[in-house]
Amino acid sequence: MFDLVSFIPRAVMQGIPLLYGSTGEILTEKSGNLNLGIPGVMYVGGICGVIGAFFYEQAVSAAEMNGFLAIGIPMLCSLLGSLLMGLLYSVLTITLRANQNVTGLALTTFGVGVGNFFGGSLIKLTGSEVPSIALSATSAYFSKSLPFAGSLGWFGQVFLSYGFLAYLAVIVAIVASYVLNHTRVGLHLRSVGESPATADAAGISVTRYKYLATCIGSMIAGLGGLYYVMDYACGVWSNNAFGDRGWLAIALVIFTIWRPNVSILASILFGGFYILYLYIPSGLNLSVKELYKMIPYVVTLVVLIIVSMRKKREDQPPASLGLPYFREER
Amino acid sequence: MEPVRNAIKMEHITKRFGSVVANHDINLELHKGEILSLLGENGSGKTTLMNMLSGIYYSDEGQIYVNDQPVTISSPKDAFDLGIGMIHQHFKLVDVFTATENIVLGLKDEGRLDLKKARHKIQEICDKYGFEIDLDRKIYEMSVSQKQTVEIVKVLYRGAEILILDEPTAVLTPQETDKLFTVMRNMKADGKSLIIITHKLHEVLEVSDRVAVLRKGEYIGDVLTKDASQQSLTDMMVGHAVSLNINRPEPVNVAPRLVVEGLTVYDELGVKRLSDVSFTANAGEILGIAGIAGSGQRELLEAISGLYPISEGSIRFYDPQGGEGQPGKELVGLDPMAIRRCGVSMAFVPEDRLGMGLVGSMGMTGNMMLRSWRKGKGIFLNRKDPEEMANHIWKELDVVTPSTSFPVRRMSGGNVQKVLVGREIAQDPAVLMTAYAVRGLDINTSYTIYNLLTEEKMKGVAVIYVGEDLDVLLELCDRILVLCGGQVSGILDARTTDKREVGTLMTNMGGDSIDE
Repeated sequence: MFDLVSFIPRAVMQGIPLLYGSTGEILTEKSGNLNLGIPGVMYVGGICGVIGAFFYEQAVSAAEMNGFLAIGIPMLCSLLGSLLMGLLYSVLTITLRANQNVTGLALTTFGVGVGNFFGGSLIKLTGSEVPSIALSATSAYFSKSLPFAGSLGWFGQVFLSYGFLAYLAVIVAIVASYVLNHTRVGLHLRSVGESPATADAAGISVTRYKYLATCIGSMIAGLGGLYYVMDYACGVWSNNAFGDRGWLAIALVIFTIWRPNVSILASILFGGFYILYLYIPSGLNLSVKELYKMIPYVVTLVVLIIVSMRKKREDQPPASLGLPYFREER
Repeated sequence: MEPVRNAIKMEHITKRFGSVVANHDINLELHKGEILSLLGENGSGKTTLMNMLSGIYYSDEGQIYVNDQPVTISSPKDAFDLGIGMIHQHFKLVDVFTATENIVLGLKDEGRLDLKKARHKIQEICDKYGFEIDLDRKIYEMSVSQKQTVEIVKVLYRGAEILILDEPTAVLTPQETDKLFTVMRNMKADGKSLIIITHKLHEVLEVSDRVAVLRKGEYIGDVLTKDASQQSLTDMMVGHAVSLNINRPEPVNVAPRLVVEGLTVYDELGVKRLSDVSFTANAGEILGIAGIAGSGQRELLEAISGLYPISEGSIRFYDPQGGEGQPGKELVGLDPMAIRRCGVSMAFVPEDRLGMGLVGSMGMTGNMMLRSWRKGKGIFLNRKDPEEMANHIWKELDVVTPSTSFPVRRMSGGNVQKVLVGREIAQDPAVLMTAYAVRGLDINTSYTIYNLLTEEKMKGVAVIYVGEDLDVLLELCDRILVLCGGQVSGILDARTTDKREVGTLMTNMGGDSIDE
């Protein structure tokens, strides 16, 4: 029978990278920037964390590792890496007003390339037989759950069995949602994405908000990549293993109609869809499995159709999404 | 110390845009607690002058005083800080936000965002001046007049003491206008000073205390409203005739080319835009169309070109090759392409010049092809003829551009207009319609275009010229049709009439709105 108690934690762990990705992308899109580079940013976030962890593990033996540094160094590297990606995107699209779609897609290709290049280099450095690097010592710190989680039966397994980054993702999503809807900064940010000319006339610095939202959004998305390697994959980096999760995160943005708080549950749902094929007895028929893997995208399409049909203005993307802003253009 | 008398005083203000002088040596005073009307035709520099108060433009010469203190206003923020708020014709509001959210947008108050408290404060302002508005409503659900109310409340919430309203009634129904005027009087009673930009005389007389008149960027003078009448204001607005010495040969072989009868159109909101318009455009003649902006000029040209749905009336076209006594071809119901093939050609120069007729990122040749793309053989385009045409226009009209493939968007406005008008003329039309063909052009280029139109007239083309400048209309055209509120208020002989008569017809129809 369908084993919910083992299914839910796996769905959650699949969902967390998506939650980071979509929260970051929602913040970015609310400023009117359609950053299709998010999959690349998440790759870079992951590989930078790996690089940091790798050199820290090389420098000290497993026994001497300091828990604080073992977590801090990869996180810092990951944040820095994705920040640079966000900055690159911002300079190109905000300052130089390059086309957002083209820039985003280029950034994704670039990010995946960066990930695979450094991933490959590290694998070569270790001289490993298998095409992957295992950072199990670091991963142990990242995936450490509460000590008493195991003793609480199904409750512990469903709610308390995750590493701290999973809870951070939920907190970030809740904070992002609150900031967007209940603070002055959020109001200003939304006005920038809806109507930059109006925001400008009201004395809001459009450029500053766009830069900040895009860079912070990228950093949040990058953490999704870090979580994937360090917690979900138990510290094992192999090239292209991250797959198409970045695109799924962008689909999630549309699915949740630009709401980070909805994204918390929706990401777990998507995570569930993503691994549903493992739980449905399909025998040896592989083509059926591939059909199941399509579910998240099909659901996103359905949501898009429903939202478009309802024509509610609040459910539409930010009005100036994808458009550069230039004050003197009339 | 003397009490402050002037809310605003502008001294010797001059503003130029390139070689065009928009405002020349203007002195304007706004007394405390009065409603001042700023009156003038289109292009007389009203909005430009006010934009210098709201911080959008910066004057080239002159000094502005606010509350008798000399000030420098270099950004909209400076204007806000001085208590000056301007309500533009195009609203700056975020559609998916509520009225309250829009009103507090951009304010850097202390502490966290408290929409409830802000809403309370806004409600107090509304009650005080009599605004009726649902503050929790989203902007996209609102009517134009409600949006305007939000804009006014927004300005008041920011503590404005001086309000400038740029043609606020242009988008309102008469009932909404009455409401606006009531609110304006309430604000005045509260000690605020207001400027209303308008060209509707009866509104001026109804709401303001004093009228200041601008004409072609010059300050003509001001009168107390109680001493003014529609006639005296019209005289100030249009002024005395100025001789321009435009070459105007006598028309030859005049024959009806386009006969319009009972033309009535409605816009998508169901508002009547043209009402029972009838006239004849003759071959070998320039028919001028005069009227205050938005009196139906655009709708008329678009209806003739087949771009605007026609609910009633007929437009008959008499082919130059058709000989005498032909029945005429009915154009109503034909698609724009078929109408164009008859030889009815339109060159409309909208405010943004490129909006209608040219593709900004294409060069001259590409834009020529927009008219000829059907003429190629099979699936291939004929590039050669458009190329030649582009070269011809380039040389004949002195278009300043590095090459015929240079994007027209990057040319100067005057050159863009030459391309636009030149292309229409090069089609050898039977009817040539131009609207605002010289808008924003310098004198020399304007004369080039006048001469082109006159040449066409001598070739036997029926030319329809929609213009803003009465002096030009009087000297260029043979006959002038005056539109007022979508109706024909008169057709005059341009050789015998004068400015005063045209001006009176433009404004005098016992009201300007036909949707009552």
